[in-house]
Amino acid sequence: MTVNFRTLHRYLLSCIVIFFLMSAGFSMAGTAPNAKLDEVSRLLMSKTFDDKSRALDVLVEQSQPRTAELLHLLLDSRLYYHKKEKQLYIIADYDTGKIAIDLAGAEQLIKKKRDYKKIILNNNLRGQINRILAELGLNSNDPQQRENAVRDLLKDITPDTVLALKARFTIEESKKVREMIRIALAINDMKSSDEVLISNAIEQLNGSLEQESRGALVTFIDATETLDTPEASALNKQAQIALKGIEDKVQYYGWLETLYFGLSLGSVLVLAGIGLAITFGVMGVINMAHGELIMIGAYTTYVIQLLMPNHIEWSILVAIPAAFLVSGLVGIAIERGVIRFLYGRPLETLLATFGISLILQQAVRSIFSPLNRSVETPEWMSGLIQINPVFSLTLSRLYIIVFCLMVFVALLLVLKKTALGLQVRAVSQNRAMARAMGVRSNRVDALTFGLGSGVAGIAGVALSQLTNVGPNMGQAYIIDSFMVVVFGGVGNLWGTLVAGLTLGVANKVLEPWAGAVLAKVLMLIFIILFIQKRPRGLFPQRGRAAEG
Amino acid sequence: MRLLNILKNDRGGQIMMLVLLIMAILVPIFNLMVPENHPLHVPTYTVTLMGKYLTLALLAVAVDLVWGYLGILTLGHGAFFALGGYAMGMYLMRQIGDRGVYGNPELPDFMVFLDWKELPWFWQGFDQFWFAAIMIMLVPGLLAFIFGWLAFRSRVSGVYLSIITQAMTYALMLAFYRNEMGFGGNNGLTDFKDLVGFSLQEDTTRIALFVLSAVALAIGYLICRYLMNSRLGRVCIAVRDSESRARFMGYRVENVKLWIFVISAMLAGVAGALYVPQVGIINPNEFSPINSIEIVVWVAVGGRATLYGAVIGALLINYAKTYFTAELPEVWLFALGGIFVLVTLLLPKGVTGLIAGLKRHKEVPA
Amino acid sequence: MSIISTLEQITDRHHVYPFLVPAQAPKLDVSHNVLLYLEDITVSFDGFKAINNLNMYINDGELRCIIGPNGAGKTTMMDIITGKTQPDSGSAWFGQTINLLEMDEPAIAQAGIGRKFQKPTVFEELSVWENLELAMAGNRNVWSILNARLNSEQSAMLLETIELIGLQANTQMLAGRLSHGQKQWLEIGMLLMQKPRLLLVDEPVAGMTHQEMDRTAELLISLAGRHSVVVVEHDMDFVRNLAGKDRTVTVLHQGSVLSEGTMSKVQQDPKVVEVYLGE
Repeated sequence: MTVNFRTLHRYLLSCIVIFFLMSAGFSMAGTAPNAKLDEVSRLLMSKTFDDKSRALDVLVEQSQPRTAELLHLLLDSRLYYHKKEKQLYIIADYDTGKIAIDLAGAEQLIKKKRDYKKIILNNNLRGQINRILAELGLNSNDPQQRENAVRDLLKDITPDTVLALKARFTIEESKKVREMIRIALAINDMKSSDEVLISNAIEQLNGSLEQESRGALVTFIDATETLDTPEASALNKQAQIALKGIEDKVQYYGWLETLYFGLSLGSVLVLAGIGLAITFGVMGVINMAHGELIMIGAYTTYVIQLLMPNHIEWSILVAIPAAFLVSGLVGIAIERGVIRFLYGRPLETLLATFGISLILQQAVRSIFSPLNRSVETPEWMSGLIQINPVFSLTLSRLYIIVFCLMVFVALLLVLKKTALGLQVRAVSQNRAMARAMGVRSNRVDALTFGLGSGVAGIAGVALSQLTNVGPNMGQAYIIDSFMVVVFGGVGNLWGTLVAGLTLGVANKVLEPWAGAVLAKVLMLIFIILFIQKRPRGLFPQRGRAAEG
Repeated sequence: MRLLNILKNDRGGQIMMLVLLIMAILVPIFNLMVPENHPLHVPTYTVTLMGKYLTLALLAVAVDLVWGYLGILTLGHGAFFALGGYAMGMYLMRQIGDRGVYGNPELPDFMVFLDWKELPWFWQGFDQFWFAAIMIMLVPGLLAFIFGWLAFRSRVSGVYLSIITQAMTYALMLAFYRNEMGFGGNNGLTDFKDLVGFSLQEDTTRIALFVLSAVALAIGYLICRYLMNSRLGRVCIAVRDSESRARFMGYRVENVKLWIFVISAMLAGVAGALYVPQVGIINPNEFSPINSIEIVVWVAVGGRATLYGAVIGALLINYAKTYFTAELPEVWLFALGGIFVLVTLLLPKGVTGLIAGLKRHKEVPA
Repeated sequence: MSIISTLEQITDRHHVYPFLVPAQAPKLDVSHNVLLYLEDITVSFDGFKAINNLNMYINDGELRCIIGPNGAGKTTMMDIITGKTQPDSGSAWFGQTINLLEMDEPAIAQAGIGRKFQKPTVFEELSVWENLELAMAGNRNVWSILNARLNSEQSAMLLETIELIGLQANTQMLAGRLSHGQKQWLEIGMLLMQKPRLLLVDEPVAGMTHQEMDRTAELLISLAGRHSVVVVEHDMDFVRNLAGKDRTVTVLHQGSVLSEGTMSKVQQDPKVVEVYLGE
């Protein structure tokens, strides 16, 4: 679901290259650049490596869009020539009956395998190609591309690339790119035998999070471990300190990542729980069908996507109000049809709503099939933000966190600033008194229940982006939601927020240590023990009303 | 006789005992002595099914004890049932010996499959029936004791208690699904061969299990009735109806709740232990919260705080479940859900309450 | 505690751990003729001080009336005495030796403090007889109540109490079917069965007819002497009737004692007049 930005980038780039290749093939037949290309082809097909090297030089001189692509093809050993036709072909799968593509883009079947011959390179040529590619990337106009080019070079630094890097460094203006080049050069310097150079290089690598920087340091430490000259051991020590610094930093980002995952999981928990916090907190009613209201929200998303298959991008935005309405209406129906007859009998309410949850589950199973349905993720929600080589933020998770906070703030505003909110709070604190003052508690109950259920529906929209949408998805969340509400303290939205996020982070912290299932079990045990210590949650309500 | 004295004012219980007695005598006769093509013949399959129902009825009685009389809506009694079942399952696994697929005399098949080298410590002793029999009561009892001691002492009650009992069984389910726990993970324990030397495939063993289930139900019922007839039973009702009043009267509510809860859990464990050899498998699904909440609905349908109502409810609903899941599987969850809603809305006293109401109506014509 | 001393403790066969010793309330000691000491008690709920530096002493065998407007802290005071609410500060002693703040509700009840609630709370699903039976003083641990049987002496006592509260005709009736006044009486009867040393009675005559009120007053007065009785009441006529000329009346206001003395003295206190009439 999440496409790494860098691979995405490269993929797009090659698409563009191929596009140019095609259009060039059609429109520029016989023009001057193509004549040059013919020369390149001729030289490449030569038997001597010198000719091939010259071919590369010619290619660089011309500098046209296909250069990079041709070079990559050469490096990947995918460029062939037809022995008789004397023409270049791109062959991905070298076998009789497979396809060969000429440079103009025309395809043909390989009739005889032996007719085609691969263009063979030696190490010198490879080095030359790498250097050319590096220079191409390094001379791009986009600083981001230049940075990426340097980063690509880190994997295999040769004297050729060093030359290219040094050349670029003198004219480079972007600070980030300069820093990256310094690191690349430092990695190269680590291989030298000049102590001052190495010492400076270590200094330079200190704090760099690139995989290769660590690799260079580790290699150096391993290599100098056995040497016992004072200089070597001093350098070894310096390198170890640098490595330790890097590892600390990596660990720090590791924690940050855990925190991020935890917050996103916590946001899911808050979203799932907050609707329940309203119905349970305000009305003292346990709604066991809450999970199914989440499920209905998720299925609403699915249906909306079916209804507007050509606008998947926007379907989520439509689904949010739709899910709120659908789940909210179902919630109101449940309240009017069943729960209002059971006020003051919380255990009976629990059983009755559980029955409703079974009915809703089976209804979904009958309507949509018992199998899971997949809801598509819009393009703008996938991908990630690369902060540094060891830390990146998945966009979908970021959206969930933001969305959760938005829903939370919206609910807070509704409850604190609107007339409905005032009435809801009045009823929750003293039903009889509120009624005496003219609050129509029936209406308030129905609307509160609708509000809580609608929020559950919204949670369903969010969950549809994270997990499978199926008839059992509600059950998976009902216990979690209760834990969040109970942990936070009933009737307290802030408590729900803090509890949800805390539980999410704690779960993710435990996960690498105990495994996903055991982490969950531990969380449940923790909450069971916690409730016994503080039966009213983290933020209890005190006083006469709460004592009852 | 003191034993019959227990049922002195309990018409429902008397009738139930009579029916159980008749069944325990007639069913073996109709199964073993009546030829197979005779219309009165009871096939072994039916005997086992009835035996299964009786164990579930015992489970329902256990739940009625805590919910009906103490007002603790437990949504986790399936856990005690399953633990008793697992204890029995472990014994049955050890009985397989080297007849398993891998032929390892010591290790059950799934452990060989997981490449375990020796028996985990908690599997020790389960080759002895007496040890397993103790564990069947002890393990659920101990869990109930620890859980109840923590919960009741800190006065967790009402819906909170219901939810944490549900969380308890949910946590156990997740834990038992893990292979590392050493209880066969997903698949649970199955492929049992014999019980104290008798093959589980034999008709006579099945009959014996059926009779045992009937006896267990009768004994469990008598224990519960004895408890509820005593002053302790009246304290339970006092606690259910006004917990704080009972406290101000000097009763240690948490102790009363704790002991009844533990006894109920042990009964559930016995029910689970008798259930497992009859169905031939125990897996983590038995821990699933929906199972536990279903038990509550059996009691609700039958009528709370009557004990025999729990038996009637368990038999009714489970028969309906067998029928529907075979004939109209689509409808079953609708029906079950509907029962939940209708019973709580319209029949707060269950079937027995309805019957009693009709009777009173007849006696006193308006 | 150091590891070594812990080890020594574990290896010592004769060491008795404190948690193994059954918590036994010390014997009630009223040698100073004071049964209940409430000193400097303060309770607050979310910043609101329900009880504010309350001081009160109840003598052994005394009948004390407590009056005060709504929110004066009467019910909270009873909650503290019976162990339902823990005060933020202060001390509450039952006699010289029993620290009420260290005990929970059942322990306090067993030590000899009985409480009657504002709303009559009887066990509605149990009969009158069973209600009284449960309230009867005796060993309250689980095993003894499982095996408890009524002996003839206890039965006689039950019958006597039933007669006293006038429910002879309703012995086997479920308490839930009694009238409101009957429930009040049943509750008083249950209190008597507990044989408490101190009776806390919260608004005993709410919802009673005048006749019933008179009988209640009579009963409460007859109880004083054998038991100490603390009555919280709104109804001034009833209090006047109870307090007579020489019994002490305490006026609570905003969580502390406003005035204390005989009825006539209290009624003339300008502070009391201001609180009751000034607003």
